[in-house]
Amino acid sequence: MSDLRELYQQTIIDHNRKPRNFHALADADHHAKGHNPLCGDRLELYLKMDGDRIADAGFTGAGCAISTASASMMTEAIKGRTIQEAKSLFNKFHTLLTTPMHEPIEIDGLDKLEVFSGVREFPVRIKCATLAWHTLDAALKDDRSEAKTE
Amino acid sequence: MPTLPPKTTRAPSPPWTSLDVRADFPILACGERPVVYLDNAATSQKPDAVIAVTTRYYKSMNANIHRGVYRLSVEATDAYESARTRTAAFIGARHPREVVFTRGCTEAINLVAMTWGLQNLKPGSRIVLTQMEHHSNIVPWQMVAARTGAQIEVTPVTADGELDIAAFERLVSQGAALAAVTHISNVLGTINPIAELTQIAHRHGALMLVDGAQSVAHMPVDVAALDCDFFTFSGHKMCGPTGIGALWARGELLDAMPPYQGGGDMISTVSFEGSTWNVVPHKFEAGTPDIAGAIGLGAAVDYLTRLNMSRVAEVEANLLSYAEKILRTIPGLRIVGQARQKAAVISFLLDGVHPHDIGTILDQEHVAIRTGHHCCQPLMDFYHIPATARASLAFYNTPEDVDALAAGLRRVIEVFR
Repeated sequence: MSDLRELYQQTIIDHNRKPRNFHALADADHHAKGHNPLCGDRLELYLKMDGDRIADAGFTGAGCAISTASASMMTEAIKGRTIQEAKSLFNKFHTLLTTPMHEPIEIDGLDKLEVFSGVREFPVRIKCATLAWHTLDAALKDDRSEAKTE
Repeated sequence: MPTLPPKTTRAPSPPWTSLDVRADFPILACGERPVVYLDNAATSQKPDAVIAVTTRYYKSMNANIHRGVYRLSVEATDAYESARTRTAAFIGARHPREVVFTRGCTEAINLVAMTWGLQNLKPGSRIVLTQMEHHSNIVPWQMVAARTGAQIEVTPVTADGELDIAAFERLVSQGAALAAVTHISNVLGTINPIAELTQIAHRHGALMLVDGAQSVAHMPVDVAALDCDFFTFSGHKMCGPTGIGALWARGELLDAMPPYQGGGDMISTVSFEGSTWNVVPHKFEAGTPDIAGAIGLGAAVDYLTRLNMSRVAEVEANLLSYAEKILRTIPGLRIVGQARQKAAVISFLLDGVHPHDIGTILDQEHVAIRTGHHCCQPLMDFYHIPATARASLAFYNTPEDVDALAAGLRRVIEVFR
């Protein structure tokens, strides 16, 4: 049960139940679709830019608790950041998920996103947590093809 | 002399229960906290009898078949052909030559598509499938349709998960060449009325292929009574090894079909001016087959025959009604697939919890179920759901296994509260 609580922390459960920024943006500058073929999770990400800065972000779709909470918390985390800052955050998030268990996590600036550290214990679920971020990457590149975790 | 797999010492006298046969499956007692295995529609566990025979083949009988004049090769050939004979008898085939060994059910369907299909389908020919088919009974037909110009028609299902028989008849009556239908849905558990569907298909001049992947291990199967033309199945879902399966087809169809793959064993003569084909079924078995797998499948067939398939079906039906009763007490749980004739496959959804999360949490409780689209994306689309959680039961599952599932689901609800 302790592992489960590590994975499904209350913050994650809360974001799954009430995802933030869970809507399309009519005036989006960037848009991309993400798909995890393994489990069928799908999401669409919308970004409104203000110069180099992400002014607003929203998403729609259906997925498991990990992917929904990850998308929700990502949209909160990237709002107001520059493209470079958002990409750097993705790198840090990726490092968090791939740091071996029982190794200390020494990453600055992840803040709330650290609640996903429990996903490390469940390797098959890492792709659930990264789907939104891969989709962000595709949106910033204006990649018309679907971002995939496979 | 023909080498038959050894009989296990204990032959349960009917009516046996799950508890009597569990000990035959070593994996069910493996480790400190053995798995509660409820993913039998994906693959079944293997009894000692099958594991022992496969090991024995490699330890004391390994030689290539249909080749050598030496004793070992003759023994291996006899064991391989004896497995074919027993497999044929198990499904009610008239003659062992009507059973072609394949890598599995998927390859058996591909074999029919790429031989009978390429030979007989023409632009405008119709292939009638159903909404509940597994990808393996959809994609081979799409591939052959792309090459021949044939077109695919899809029989709809009802909200309860039954086939719309009137629609099926309408579709096959429009000049269909073939209907390809699953015997039991791997998602809904629906047992389709194959004998009735075959009659309809034949009445309109269409052949009938039955995907038996989910039925052979769960109910008595008699291809003569079903009167179908092709029947395909996998060994690994019926207590046998992975990598082996079979196509059964009426002999005259097999005789008329071109070969599938070219190579050794499938030929009669070879010269650079041209080659001639071996007789059925060898015409379809190019190269060295999975000899150990076939012999293991033979042992699985012997094992299931001793259990008696009618009793297997009865034990699983009792387990299914217990499981559905228990699962209905779980708040927010909805079962997908409520056909009147149903095998022990239960797909379900839980309010507010994605199937993938259910699977992870149940795994922490050592309960193994399948989550996802189950290789049936068109069926998921029909129900407008991305995925389901699925518990699929076998005769060695017990009411306690079902209780463990229910307890695990209550834990899921607790985590997500």
